[in-house]
Amino acid sequence: MAIELFAALQAGPLDAVLAPVYWLLALWSDLLFAVGDATGLGFLDYRFMHRAILVGLCIGVMAPLIGTFLVHRQLALIGDALAHTAFAGVAVGLFLNGVFSLGVSPYLTAVVVAVIAALLIELISEATDAYNDVSMAIVLSTGFALGTVLISLNAGGLAVGINQYLFGNLSTVSAENAAILLVLFAVIVGTVALTRNQLLYVTFDETAAAVSGISVTWYNRVMVMLTALVVVGAMQIMGVILVAAMLVVPVAGAAQVSRSFSESLLVSVVLAELAVLLGIGASYYGEATAGGVIVLVAVGIYVVAVAIGKVQARAGEDAAAELGSIDSREA
Amino acid sequence: MSALRNGESAESAESADTGVADADDADGRGSSGPLVELADVEFGYTATPVVEDISLRIDPGEYVAIVGPNGSGKSTLMKLILGLLRPDEGSARLFGEPSHAFDDGARIGYVAQHASASKEMPITVREVVRMGRFPHVGFGRLSAEDHRIVDEALATVGMSEFADRRVTKLSGGQRQRAFIARALAGEADLLVLDEPTVGVDAESVDAFYDLLEALNDEGITVLLIEHDLGAVTDHARRVVCLNREVYFDGPTDEFVESDALARAFGTAASFAGGSGGGRA
Repeated sequence: MAIELFAALQAGPLDAVLAPVYWLLALWSDLLFAVGDATGLGFLDYRFMHRAILVGLCIGVMAPLIGTFLVHRQLALIGDALAHTAFAGVAVGLFLNGVFSLGVSPYLTAVVVAVIAALLIELISEATDAYNDVSMAIVLSTGFALGTVLISLNAGGLAVGINQYLFGNLSTVSAENAAILLVLFAVIVGTVALTRNQLLYVTFDETAAAVSGISVTWYNRVMVMLTALVVVGAMQIMGVILVAAMLVVPVAGAAQVSRSFSESLLVSVVLAELAVLLGIGASYYGEATAGGVIVLVAVGIYVVAVAIGKVQARAGEDAAAELGSIDSREA
Repeated sequence: MSALRNGESAESAESADTGVADADDADGRGSSGPLVELADVEFGYTATPVVEDISLRIDPGEYVAIVGPNGSGKSTLMKLILGLLRPDEGSARLFGEPSHAFDDGARIGYVAQHASASKEMPITVREVVRMGRFPHVGFGRLSAEDHRIVDEALATVGMSEFADRRVTKLSGGQRQRAFIARALAGEADLLVLDEPTVGVDAESVDAFYDLLEALNDEGITVLLIEHDLGAVTDHARRVVCLNREVYFDGPTDEFVESDALARAFGTAASFAGGSGGGRA
């Protein structure tokens, strides 16, 4: 009875909610077919590539967007910890599907588990008055251990599919998963757009933010929950193990060449998009794992950004950190 | 500056308040109400109190310095005043409300130690000063009026030409002036500074204290937490000498003549230590 109810819940309302998103996906697909016809790019003939590119573009925006707030608070590790707990969430989803023959998307259970883990990390840090490496490492290993145990418990056929979660996979981005990602994307970008002032103040100067009446505790909770959502969203392509790189690497690159905060946000998104698009293209033609290629491209861009930053510093040119210098390099 | 503060003077700071403050004048922020009021405050992170028996009242327009040796509880006292900590015993009130419940952040400007803000974050002076307007706009965007106030605050501290400079590329003195500008942009009534001149070169320190004095003349209440005794005796009008409890509270002249310093710091201390002005 309970199982039937659950099955009805996850099939019925979800599809109704996602219907307009599916419509958008179809529209996007038509657009890319047209682009493919016009340019002769072979990989645009496949619908799964359309979805992968869309998911990649969303990752390129939301990962550095959240990552900027994390990196400048020395919280880069939290993305890694949440990714590993999201893996436990995936395992819970697969376990439920295996045992109760449900059709829940593992990404949905990953969202739930990762958000709970995010709140747990935040509550631990509130109680101990500091984000500490040890509690983060414990949450990280617990998540990953739980994931592996659940998967091995019900190994029948499951081990086959696990690579896609660990390393990401372009071809397994289903319409449903793409739709889930678009919803996550809207929630994340909307929340940051609304609370950007508060998030910036808390990131830059926590005590002054508290004095000015901003509830630091509350915004820290919002921040870790958004991180959990980003991690799960980006996991489809990037994989559990590499997803944190997208939160950190483009942001670190942007910090090298930017002068203002708004500029660094913009530059980090541009760098991430470059990495995602070049990475997806290269992985298609080189038949390599997209997640790994994307991260390698991102690190390459980071190295170039460091070099540009050094040159700028040497030239004593503190007014030169413009977007143009990056664009001309890529051209 | 006078346009920014709209004609407030030390005597009339409380009556000429604009905007937010007027709305809740009924709840005890009377015309002569103190900005800060501590009564028999005691606080400890562990069983041993860090501060005890502290009673302190700061009225509008005052320029008060809290001094004390390292570990004397200065920073803890500041956190109690700002409501970042709650006293174990006694009560702390800010603008007439219990400090921890006080939420009109726009009325307080906070300038931390240079070291605490030295992050590698890319952010310009102007972006930092804009934060002063955040308590006023909440989730909204900054209006043209907000941007005008930001520009005025930058001009008041003499940082207009550095407005688009990355904060990490500033000298210590310039950076602290940027943080003062943030407090001014917030149109704060009370400026709280926690050892603001640590790591700032001597010349900039003098200019910095001149700026504080000018702001105080405009009617802003200044509360300075300082380790540098020379700076305090040169500039503040009232000194609170602290070492777990209050050793002295009164006009600066009397503090210099009293033996409170020797009792609080031990006999080795003197005013010559940190002063750039050659006071002997």
